[in-house]
Amino acid sequence: MTTEAATIGLTHGGSEDTGLGHRGPESKSIVVPYGFWLFVLSDMVLFSALFATYAALSNATDGGPTSNQLFDRNLVAIETIALLMSSFVCGLAMITAKRKNMAWTQIWLLVTGLLGAVFLFIELYEFAKMIGEGAPPQRSAFLSAFFTLVGCHGAHVTAGLLWIGTMMAQIWAKGFQEHIMRRLLCLSVFWHALDIIWVAIFTIVYLIGTLP
Amino acid sequence: MTEHDPEQLNVAPGAPHDSMLSETLSYVIGLALALILTGVSFWVASTSSLWGPGVAVGLVVLAIAQMGIHLVFFLHITSGPDNTNNVLALAFGVLIVFLVMIGTIWIMSHMNANMLPGPEMTNLQMQH
Repeated sequence: MTTEAATIGLTHGGSEDTGLGHRGPESKSIVVPYGFWLFVLSDMVLFSALFATYAALSNATDGGPTSNQLFDRNLVAIETIALLMSSFVCGLAMITAKRKNMAWTQIWLLVTGLLGAVFLFIELYEFAKMIGEGAPPQRSAFLSAFFTLVGCHGAHVTAGLLWIGTMMAQIWAKGFQEHIMRRLLCLSVFWHALDIIWVAIFTIVYLIGTLP
Repeated sequence: MTEHDPEQLNVAPGAPHDSMLSETLSYVIGLALALILTGVSFWVASTSSLWGPGVAVGLVVLAIAQMGIHLVFFLHITSGPDNTNNVLALAFGVLIVFLVMIGTIWIMSHMNANMLPGPEMTNLQMQH
């Protein structure tokens, strides 16, 4: 009976049932990134609420500046390319990290962070310019929604930059241990997800907002 | 002892491939497609040769396509059996995102259309 159950995969050979399915729980290298994937998806749900708010308020300018007057497509194009390249280089860092190549992993992570910093710098420049031109968040509902949505994404990028720096230090100090690799995988999922959210932002906020 | 290697039955989102070549190729193809779609988006938004009212819809379609590219080539989400958990979680996330966005836009546009006299009033109502 027991051996029959074991051969068709119903029990562990001789061990007690864990109550977590007949194979027992997955290894940490699967469970941790999967849990992080769930976090990233709920983060996207959070952003969807901010997008919905922005879409509902994008015409509520209260006689103030409109999206057509404020946004500069050239800057947005540079931001988009910087973040896309950053996402790509983050993938290269994952490839070299899997092969335990310290020098190239550090270089690619550094490039990832620098491209992310370029993105963040341009975004902050744009914010400062808008506030200087009399378009701060308190000017109209449209601007409140804009700064909340784009600023929330910028805050995520800032957190990602800190995380990249932390991972560079941890890889340097501890090497490519299993738990370090798990953290690195979570970081890459986070960084790619930020680029996915940016695709929605540059389309909905910047391109559709500046249609003639 | 388990008779299956658990690693074979599920993969983590974004987990690298075993082959360096296929992994690198995946990122390069993803980057190329994403660049093309981004370029087309910016072109569609600035050209005047397309039918105006359709441009916004076209841009949304291009954005969704690019998000798909990112998911497949950067996050390695596939339709394979080892990805079922990742895809189901993603499907639920997408469901909630669409419910929140389409629901809000639908309701708010009807409120603006039916309950307020005009755009000037809308602005007054939505100052903050």
